[in-house]
Amino acid sequence: MREVVALLIDGIIYSSWLFIIALGLTLIYGVMKILNMAHGSLYALGAYMAATLVGYWLGHGHAPYASYGMLAVAAVIVGLVAGPLIERGLLRFMYGRDEIVLLLVTYALFLILEDVIKLIWGVDAYYVSEPYGMLGNVEFGGLIYPVYNVVLIAVSAAAGVALASVLRYTHHGKLLSAVIHDREISMAMGINVARFYLVTFTIGTMLAAIGGALTAPTVSVVPGMGVQVIVLAFAVVVVGGLGSLPGAALGALIVGLVRSAAVHYLPQVELFSIYAVMALVLIFRPKGLFAAAEVRKI
Amino acid sequence: MTPILNAQGLCKKFGAVTAAWGISISVEPDTVVGLIGTNGAGKTTFVNMVTGYLKPDAGNIHFKGQDVTALHPRQITRLGICRSFQIPQLYDSLTVLENVVVALGIVLHNSKRSWWARSPKIVPAYGTPLMVAAEMMLDRFGLRSYRTSRARVLPEGVRKLLDIAMALAVKPEMLILDEPTSGVSTDEKFGIMDTVMSAARSEGVTVLFVEHDMEIVSRYSKRVIAFYEGRILADGAPAHVLGDPDVRKYVVGGQVAALSTSKETTRA
Amino acid sequence: MKRLDPTLLALFVALLALLVLGFLLPKWLFLLTLSLGKGLVVLGLLLLLRTGLVSFGQGLFYCLGAYAVGSLGQFFGIKDVLLLLLTGVAVGSSVAFLLGFLMAKYREIFFAMLSLAFSMILYGLLVRTAALGSTDGFNVAPPTLFGRPIGGEAHQYALFALACVVAFLTALMMHTYFKTVLGRLSPAIRDNEIRVEYMGASVRHAIHVKYVIAGALAGLGGALTAMTVGHIDPDLAYWTTSGEFIFVAILSGTGSVIAPFLGSLVFEIIRTYAYQYSPNTWQLVVGSALLLVIVFFPAGLWSVFGHLRRRGSA
Repeated sequence: MREVVALLIDGIIYSSWLFIIALGLTLIYGVMKILNMAHGSLYALGAYMAATLVGYWLGHGHAPYASYGMLAVAAVIVGLVAGPLIERGLLRFMYGRDEIVLLLVTYALFLILEDVIKLIWGVDAYYVSEPYGMLGNVEFGGLIYPVYNVVLIAVSAAAGVALASVLRYTHHGKLLSAVIHDREISMAMGINVARFYLVTFTIGTMLAAIGGALTAPTVSVVPGMGVQVIVLAFAVVVVGGLGSLPGAALGALIVGLVRSAAVHYLPQVELFSIYAVMALVLIFRPKGLFAAAEVRKI
Repeated sequence: MTPILNAQGLCKKFGAVTAAWGISISVEPDTVVGLIGTNGAGKTTFVNMVTGYLKPDAGNIHFKGQDVTALHPRQITRLGICRSFQIPQLYDSLTVLENVVVALGIVLHNSKRSWWARSPKIVPAYGTPLMVAAEMMLDRFGLRSYRTSRARVLPEGVRKLLDIAMALAVKPEMLILDEPTSGVSTDEKFGIMDTVMSAARSEGVTVLFVEHDMEIVSRYSKRVIAFYEGRILADGAPAHVLGDPDVRKYVVGGQVAALSTSKETTRA
Repeated sequence: MKRLDPTLLALFVALLALLVLGFLLPKWLFLLTLSLGKGLVVLGLLLLLRTGLVSFGQGLFYCLGAYAVGSLGQFFGIKDVLLLLLTGVAVGSSVAFLLGFLMAKYREIFFAMLSLAFSMILYGLLVRTAALGSTDGFNVAPPTLFGRPIGGEAHQYALFALACVVAFLTALMMHTYFKTVLGRLSPAIRDNEIRVEYMGASVRHAIHVKYVIAGALAGLGGALTAMTVGHIDPDLAYWTTSGEFIFVAILSGTGSVIAPFLGSLVFEIIRTYAYQYSPNTWQLVVGSALLLVIVFFPAGLWSVFGHLRRRGSA
């Protein structure tokens, strides 16, 4: 029984992490129809920025608990700088091209960003584990968990709820839903789609960076840490349905729990299990669990 | 004579819109039928159901006695029905010649089931190698001068012609044309229809065409079926249908009055 | 008198030129052989690109071919180079045949990312398989040809010459393939799938066949590369390896069957020097080059992604 509880909790922790990573990816795809292969690099940027800021903060003897604020600041900085830079400086010129062309553009961006990170931060590892350990541990189900993981779950859930609320209840959110639904008609109705793209990409970048920033205290921040993120995020997003927010949540939950089960019972198949789930879902539901309706072509 | 196409009780709804209320149409072989009706009347839905793009909610369709209701467009084409499209569906980056070669290649591929068939093989039903058959087709449809032009740059009338030519390349027994002259300039319309009809009729192909231009309809069709709101309003000889008061009211509009008088003098 | 096919001529010339070049510049033999092996994978990508599909997972078959060769040598003592190459083809094509049932249903982004995912599955499996060396992989002994050693430090030219012949034959086969009925369907499918279906051909079937061919080529390439490099590891299946193949394919263009090999060679040469002088900017260079091609040579990419924005309609 304890085994199952441990499995569930580990699963939920991992699912929260998956969710926060996948959220930005599915948002950007839903609005802009771009699958951002550089998503992992933005995640890494968030982690590196967090490492730098937290290191600086704690190194100058400031209040340790405020270092959590530094994590948030790091994500915001990355979002506000990298987001508009990429969207206005590159993507904007590619709209209207085939979605596969855009995929390749973001792939090129990924390659560039990976080296940019190395050029700025060097190739050595960064360690900022203080925020991870500072909150102490909590006991649950007979097992010990760092409180930090609770923070992770909370932030992840909050981000999801916040985004969903904005989309559903605010004026701009509803306009965004219109753009998601049909870009051309939205433009024809006077919605400033260009501005929405900019904002969306910035938020998506910020979400990726939040994922990275939150992860930074739990790992060693090294070059290449974002390379596997795109694959995981894609698996989650595909299971839930590209562009669907509730889909991303469900996908994260399913993938997270399956992976947790694999880790507990048969660790060799950990990675395999994630992609197996994805492949299985795709066989029975080709467009994911919450798929959008297909438009008549002729 | 057994009808080549027999559609019985076709019903189709798209949400709240009913595109077909029990449509029953029976078509004799070797004839030309014009389908008219306002937009949304159900003509294209009917065509889409016959060609397998849509499945009717109820009813069935038989082609040459075989039930084709549930078949995939690809299978229906292989049985002998081919269609052209309202918006010409071409291979834009290929030249006109290459477009036709691909079409004929598929004919070759289907008939002989030989994946590795190379160009010099004889295309059945043409009796000549692929390239020769392709050039013949270009001549037949007056496309020779566009031979090396990419489909993308062709004028609309030529695109339509090429689209129809490719449909005929398959040597179907029934050809369905979806608005063959829409988007084409007036002076080109008759040229296109003359070319298409002579090519089709010389091989005894049954032709169904959807049209909005009543002059085209009255000149080329032997039978006209008028659709309105998913039902058949009238069905019969062109003069009869085009003169029908309901048809005039719901489909044709005022132009029929002028047409029916000029038709008396021009019709053979 | 039949007009001589220029590509045929070019292939013959290239074969002879390579054989001579390899003889005159023995220091280049490793690089040349490697380029030929990788060029085979890119040739498969060329076929897919002409059909309008981008596979981000050719690394799967590449890695399978390599590990098949390594395993046969390591565990069964099979060293005959022809047998090993054939195994590469067999493994690549059979896995592609199985996966093709699913893959042929997808296009565009889904096709790309699904193929990526499958190659990552292999990576995940290999990394956790101790018997195959986990992340370290293991060495591949030089093969033999009819009992005589080929490849390795001492017999580089022999393996190179074999690679040249293999590349020549496959390029020739692909060139011929593009003239067949199914081969001609590739650009048609890319441009307008609906039309192809309405003419009575099965697009899914055609794509399945092409996926198998691409898989076979990648498996062959992987087998050859394994024997050339002498070492295999799971990184062969990592998605970034597949990304490299895509980069070379796009740079080479889809115009000719010789292009993949040429592009591969150029890529390997540049990579060798770039790594020597500035290892931390190599990816930057590749990414920027890719962007430049996409942005400034859309005509080059146009032949690849030449269908209109919404598939099948004006």
